[in-house]
Amino acid sequence: MARQFSVRRQTGFTTIAMICFFALYLPIAVLVIYAFNAGQSLSIWEGFSLRWFVKAFENQHVIEASIRSLQIAVVAALVATAAATMAALATTRTEPYRGLTLKYAFINQPLMIPEIVTAVALLIFFSRIKVWTGYSGLGYLIAAHTAFCIPFAYLPIRARLENMDLTLERAAADLYATPWKTFRYVTLPLLWPGILAGLMLAFVISLDDVVITEFVKSAGQDTLPTYMLGQLRRAITPEMNAISTLFLLLSICIVTVFFFVNKKRI
Amino acid sequence: MSGAAEVMETQARRDVRNRWLLSLPALLIILLAASGPLLIVLVYSFLTPGPYGDVQWQPTVSGWINVFLERDIFDETLSLADAHVSIFIRSVWLSLVTTVLTLLVGFPTAYFIATRPDNSRELWLFLITIPFWTNLLIRTFAILQIIRNEGLINNLMIDLGLFARPVQMLFTDGAILTGMVYVYLPLMVLPLYASMEKLDFRLVEAGYDLYATPFRVLRRIIVPLVKPGIIAGSILVFIPALGAYVTPSILGGGKNLMLGNLIELQFGQGRNWPLGAALSITLMLIVMVALLFYVRNARGSGVRHG
Repeated sequence: MARQFSVRRQTGFTTIAMICFFALYLPIAVLVIYAFNAGQSLSIWEGFSLRWFVKAFENQHVIEASIRSLQIAVVAALVATAAATMAALATTRTEPYRGLTLKYAFINQPLMIPEIVTAVALLIFFSRIKVWTGYSGLGYLIAAHTAFCIPFAYLPIRARLENMDLTLERAAADLYATPWKTFRYVTLPLLWPGILAGLMLAFVISLDDVVITEFVKSAGQDTLPTYMLGQLRRAITPEMNAISTLFLLLSICIVTVFFFVNKKRI
Repeated sequence: MSGAAEVMETQARRDVRNRWLLSLPALLIILLAASGPLLIVLVYSFLTPGPYGDVQWQPTVSGWINVFLERDIFDETLSLADAHVSIFIRSVWLSLVTTVLTLLVGFPTAYFIATRPDNSRELWLFLITIPFWTNLLIRTFAILQIIRNEGLINNLMIDLGLFARPVQMLFTDGAILTGMVYVYLPLMVLPLYASMEKLDFRLVEAGYDLYATPFRVLRRIIVPLVKPGIIAGSILVFIPALGAYVTPSILGGGKNLMLGNLIELQFGQGRNWPLGAALSITLMLIVMVALLFYVRNARGSGVRHG
């Protein structure tokens, strides 16, 4: 019997899609499998072992870099999300006013410029400031991460706000709520899923950054990705697979939560 | 009456002022740690390189001249800097091929996801979203493991008797291309899916009613309708591919440079910051041209189907 005709069917598309999904996940699967290899090799299986995970946890560089990555990501994501929330409130649900387009362009600017260019710009700028002030702490990395996280945090918050009309806020104001109370008890609870999504996006983006961090960091300020980049240029052992596997696990957890927060409607 | 109008106007003005105050933190952070420093890059591109990196405050255009020309060390004549020109051409070429390949693979994939029933569509979308948010460095490392001389592909081919000895795939342009297609594919699929999701299949049905073949329906109905997604996806892939640094530096080795690596080189071993700055601005200009192209085309197709 002939296959039922469907207007949606295009010959070969399903096959290509299946190959695509397979190709997307095969390298990741191989990487994760060899994290559990008992031997030194990345391609010859010598039995199951957790030794590379143990080795990673005993590696002081890895621990320090991970802690630094988390510190930067937490601060940058929180500051970026707070700034992005305020900016989103300021740029939505309004008649167009002078400077609005400029604000959009400004907030999205880090998305438009290739990362390597921003990285070079920050290297030049911050190296001057380092000489002038003598300060060479984590502040530079946090500032840089906050800036490029803002557009990512801004996107879901703005999307959420655009789906909220002003009726409830007007009702609150009619009932003599102060602007702050209206915001605290009406706007904020409605906006919360958007803020949470923005926060998680910003956190992941900060955690993943390689290029800007590589240029801005001072000596001894490796984050986990820049440490891994350095190691990739040397001889590689399954310890890298173990670190990558743990990193992947964290990302997947965050993405899963993000996915469900974002899907939930009011 | 005029009193009420005045009150309204003051209120509107106060509203705009409050909105500026609210957006101030975000604008200041971006000005300080993203946009502002770009102007300094422009200034640096017109200065003289210092002996140990950094710059000396003597204005010159030699940084810009060095972007495409090189001065002979003996007779001081200028000639085309073949190395730089070939890196520019290679970067643009590899980015274009990456864009086309991701489109060829991404289009059917996005279409597949968009035509799933509601309950399973979420799952397929989720499977595309995961690689999108996982670390680019880790995904590049995953590709590195597969295509090494001792990697999965070579081992498999040797076991099957197809290769006599490992074929060198790593550190070639093909490796960079494979890596870039792999890491940027989700950037193509997601915007394509977003426009296919809104596709009105009654139009496709109308095409079939008029005896169009499936290929004709694809070419004359589906592709024109999802054109905004195609353009958005292409831009989202082309721009980061052009400025790619991590993928070519890991998979291309030291020899196969792209623009991002050339820029980095000037700030590292090259110790020629003005040239690096001039190269950065040039890269930014190419991106601007691509973005302008996007804005014009996105607007055009928006009017037609909006």
